[in-house]
Amino acid sequence: MDVTLSINGTDHRLDLDPRVTVLDALRHHLGLTGTKKGCDHGQCGACTVLLNGRRVNSCLTLAVMHDGDEITTIESLGSPDALNPLQDAFVRNDGFQCGYCTPGQIMSATAMLQEAEDGWPSYISRSLETDPDLTDEEIAERMSGNLCRCSAYPRIRQAIAEVRDARGMAAE
Amino acid sequence: MSLDQSPDQTTELTMDKAQPRLLDAMSQGLLGTRLSRPEGALKVTGRAAYAAEHLPDNLATGVLVRATITKGKVSHIDSDGAKAMKGVLAVFNGDPLVRNPAQGQAGEAPAQVLPEVHYFGQPIALVVASTFEQARAAAQSMTVTYEEEDAEVEPATASTVDKPKKSQSDTGDLEGALRDAATAIDVTYATAPHTSAAMEPHASVAEWKDGRLTLHGSYQMLKHNLAELADALDMSEDNVRILAPYVGGGFGSKLGIAPEAVAAAHAARELKRPVRVVMGRDQVFQMTLRRSETTQRIRLGCDASGRMTALAHEDRVSNLPGEAFSEPVAQGTHFLYGGENRRFTHEVARIHRPGTGSVRAPGEAVGMIALECAMDELAEATGIDPIELRVMNMRETTPADGLPYSERGLERCLREGAARFGWDGRRPAAQRLDGDWWIGMGVASAVRTNQMEESVARVTLQSDGTALVETDMTDIGTGSYAILTQIAGEMLGLPAKKVRVRIGDSDLPKSSGSGGSFGAQSCGSAVFLACKGLREWIADKLDVSPADLTLRDGVATGGNVQMSLADFAGLPQTSEGHVKPGDTADDFAIAGYGAHFAEVGVHADTGEVRVRRMLGIFSIGRVLNRLTAESQCHGAMIWGIGSALTEELMHDPRDGRIVNHNLAEYHVPVHLDVPQLDAILLEDTRDDQANPIQAKGIGELGISGAAASIGNAVFNACGVRVRDFPMTPDKIIAGLPDRP
Ligand code: FES
Ligand code: FES
Repeated sequence: MDVTLSINGTDHRLDLDPRVTVLDALRHHLGLTGTKKGCDHGQCGACTVLLNGRRVNSCLTLAVMHDGDEITTIESLGSPDALNPLQDAFVRNDGFQCGYCTPGQIMSATAMLQEAEDGWPSYISRSLETDPDLTDEEIAERMSGNLCRCSAYPRIRQAIAEVRDARGMAAE
Repeated sequence: MSLDQSPDQTTELTMDKAQPRLLDAMSQGLLGTRLSRPEGALKVTGRAAYAAEHLPDNLATGVLVRATITKGKVSHIDSDGAKAMKGVLAVFNGDPLVRNPAQGQAGEAPAQVLPEVHYFGQPIALVVASTFEQARAAAQSMTVTYEEEDAEVEPATASTVDKPKKSQSDTGDLEGALRDAATAIDVTYATAPHTSAAMEPHASVAEWKDGRLTLHGSYQMLKHNLAELADALDMSEDNVRILAPYVGGGFGSKLGIAPEAVAAAHAARELKRPVRVVMGRDQVFQMTLRRSETTQRIRLGCDASGRMTALAHEDRVSNLPGEAFSEPVAQGTHFLYGGENRRFTHEVARIHRPGTGSVRAPGEAVGMIALECAMDELAEATGIDPIELRVMNMRETTPADGLPYSERGLERCLREGAARFGWDGRRPAAQRLDGDWWIGMGVASAVRTNQMEESVARVTLQSDGTALVETDMTDIGTGSYAILTQIAGEMLGLPAKKVRVRIGDSDLPKSSGSGGSFGAQSCGSAVFLACKGLREWIADKLDVSPADLTLRDGVATGGNVQMSLADFAGLPQTSEGHVKPGDTADDFAIAGYGAHFAEVGVHADTGEVRVRRMLGIFSIGRVLNRLTAESQCHGAMIWGIGSALTEELMHDPRDGRIVNHNLAEYHVPVHLDVPQLDAILLEDTRDDQANPIQAKGIGELGISGAAASIGNAVFNACGVRVRDFPMTPDKIIAGLPDRP
């Protein structure tokens, strides 16, 4: 089936088997292997990308359902020579070990910070009306869909907290 | 430079005696610092290519087919339908497919048993198609008929139970000592089977060119994997190359060559085109080696002062028939505490659950749960503080062999950890209720045996004054890129950016690989020796003794001469370092030590346990990189949280199959399960007996004892002693005390 996906700002016209997920379209058909496959079942978050600005598990949705949609992947953030602030914070804080869950963590955190800035509450937020305080526990709740078996969790959250502070977001 | 060209110089060392602390005399100031990972920028931008991400032209995809019986024979595979499906290229069954991954350091092919089936989920065929979707659909469409046989799957009732001779011992009069003891306990603990669940599934991309195989794989120990793969394919290892520059976690599951690699290589050879095989997550659960379930009976006896006179640790684990590995449950117990009357028994039930093998800290990870919880029970029974009881029962030499200990920071870790954690605020069991939560603290010792393995590395001082480090070592998240950069930089007086590390290529000099917490120290020692050789070469050029040579920031100073490294005549100079274990490994008990402290809340109504605070403090000799070493501690402590509270492979009692073969039902800890942790590595410790860089492993020490500290904290919180791990709420709720 023909489908056009807008990936990191560029349109890609693809002729795909309808069974191809967004994740496999990226990894197998476009050579964009920065997005990782950890489970193929929506259980680990390694495949997190932004779909029209919102974070999704790209293994759980078929590419042919997304004609014309905008997909943002890790490849569009910084480059190795010019990391974006979140990527840079991950490196300096050692917010990863093997690095396999890392693109997913970073994409998820990118959207999560925006969600918090936009005032979205989480399951543990104390109020549904005021802007959430992005405490360590709030970050943990909002990032719990991204597994890290190396268990770099404490430092992933430290890296995210650094960017939270740099953006002047409330922590307490 | 290729494999067979000899280096300009070689420095060899067999570790027969303690070596001078040469690294302490260096002046670059790079080693031990919090250098961030040199490959980090590639990982955070998605540019580091893991095994499955090599996409050669004309790549075909294979999907493994699994057995749906526990034991018997594949009598027929009807693959005609599959072969007629669009895109399908071939179906392979039978030789050379392997039953399960090789055990660590096996160096030979794992069992090749087809058409026999030995466990539910065993790979029995590979379907290859042009695309993944086609291969997957075809694999699911196959009709397989079996001749089924009865199979035993319960360790407790297995009719075949091996008792490996070297793992049984009986010293003194255990029963007599227990009878005469002022206090004695006799408790049995159980731990659930675990799985590594590395985030990157096992993956291989195989390509053949001119009779030579290149395999992009996700593997930990390339020199052994090379031998295993070549043996499985019945070819010479000279014609195999394995590349694994980035590995998405291993934890033991990628120690030995696994079914997907053999299948991919075979299919690529037959089809004359590159083939990729990636295990699905359910397959990773089913066909890689798990950690055995254990039952452990511990008996301890002490006199009125708390001095132990009796200690017994008797366990049962399981594995498939014929597998050499068995979880060495009591490994740490042998030398941690005294008690002159001792007994160790170790039983291996032969059953047809999926095979067992090394998972992070085989032995101590589960053995220390039983031992350290039992020590807490003894402390409770005697009324002695758990830390004092432990310190009191450390002995001058090992109880079994009378060997001296090398560096042993156990007491220091227990005492410093207690002070930092606020241990003196601990109250008797079930006395602190905070809202809906009973609060308690627990402690446990950490211990993990330490070993160095033979390793070779090559370091080239390049014409531009930079250094190139080359070995077949892997970095599975452990920090090899960083610490090898630092060791070479420290020895050669180079900043990190002037050292390049090339690893993960089996064509490079053969290192220990990653496993058993020996990678950094073994491979690091080889790099150290190669650099030591280069220092001697430079000193010689300057006509000074190596001791009078200073290397710093790319400049050599000796005698009255100062010279930039780039200006030396004769560059590039290639130096090999080769280290082997020696007498110190036999003459000393060498281990890493530490202490875990946990504070938990137990919900007064539901029995849910939340870890509130956790502190781990460790003594591992020289710390090579404080940042990455602390990260290893975090990871290991969190594995402790998982094994304490949530992780449990569940086997169907009828056929042994793994029921919860996915990440939604096998619960690894997630962000919200983990508070910010304190991980402390003692400063200024050196283990002179361990290796020439005086460093010990950390990746496994941090899990050993971690879950026990949580178990002990649960008891202290609510007075419920759980002896069946993980401590899920159903095991706690019935014993919860009434609220005051
Ligand atoms: S790969 Fe998509 S959630 Fe795991
Ligand atoms: S860094 Fe390895 S899984 Fe997260």
